[in-house]
Amino acid sequence: MSLWIAILAACLGCYLFKLAGLSVPRTLLERPKVQRISALLPVVLLSALVAVQTFSTGSALVLDARAAGLAVAGIAVWRRAPFLVVVALAALTTALVRMWIPGS
Amino acid sequence: MATGAYGISFGAIALAGGLDFWQTMALSLLMFTGGSQFGLVGVIAGGGAPIAGAATAIMLGARNALYGLRLSELLDVRGGKRLLAAQLVIDESTAMSIGRDSDRAARLGFYATGIGVFVCWNLGTAVGLVGASWLSDPSLLGLDAAAPAAFLALLAPRLRGREAWAVALAAAVVALIVVPLVPVGVPVLIAALVGVIAGLLPGRPAGTNDPADSDGPDHDGNDGGAADTRRHDGGEVDGRAEPGGA
Repeated sequence: MSLWIAILAACLGCYLFKLAGLSVPRTLLERPKVQRISALLPVVLLSALVAVQTFSTGSALVLDARAAGLAVAGIAVWRRAPFLVVVALAALTTALVRMWIPGS
Repeated sequence: MATGAYGISFGAIALAGGLDFWQTMALSLLMFTGGSQFGLVGVIAGGGAPIAGAATAIMLGARNALYGLRLSELLDVRGGKRLLAAQLVIDESTAMSIGRDSDRAARLGFYATGIGVFVCWNLGTAVGLVGASWLSDPSLLGLDAAAPAAFLALLAPRLRGREAWAVALAAAVVALIVVPLVPVGVPVLIAALVGVIAGLLPGRPAGTNDPADSDGPDHDGNDGGAADTRRHDGGEVDGRAEPGGA
């Protein structure tokens, strides 16, 4: 149930941000600091998500097959592969490493 | 097409992350901003508290406010129409709107792209959900590595310039350092502080106290004022690697 509440609250929050842009006076969001921070937020959040979801399980830092998947994804992104190819290669690599090294 | 494929991966990853069919569909229908959706699912999949997932999603959605700001003059919508148009304010619709020559073309680009992406994204999500529900153990197929790979693909177009790289690396290191120390899901929120602090620091060479007025190293002019709106080239929102409501 709390997951549903979180989902709906997050949906509302995201919607209000969209609506705010169309509604608020330009001056507020055009302040340089506000612009810089909102441009940097996706960078830090995505970077942290990549790190945490690759190198941790719960509250433990781990190095397992996901790291290999991410490395391949990195190469694919660098080679400008389409989004779905990046994701599929990462999953495939991880699955193959797991077959090769059980438990990783 | 690309949006549908992206939606499929979202549906599959969400189901693997522990959300059910309607929770995932609610995200695609109501949240409709891919980066935030992946963010929420990622935190939940990692065992984080729902509230931490929601906070991550909302922060990732903050940039849509900036897009709306650019679009408000072009669209000039009021009342109920504004409430509907707001839901379509995403990377792709913004990119396909603010580069146009006339207001009419801009509006057409916005609505056609926004509605098209909405339909493809939701259909893709549903297909991904149904497809992934046939799998018994997602980790066997490496689907737990799919989410970070998706984040990496979303992150890459934003890594322009040394400052963006430095801030991204700092955020990753900080997040990993606090992993053993704080509840699951919270490291990502702590990393957000890195972004806030970096944003507050003067990011330009000495003498400039107005960093967002010129193209910062982490931007490509996408953060400028009204002056550059019409000649905007899509830049940060061009979405090569994020073809779908990101």
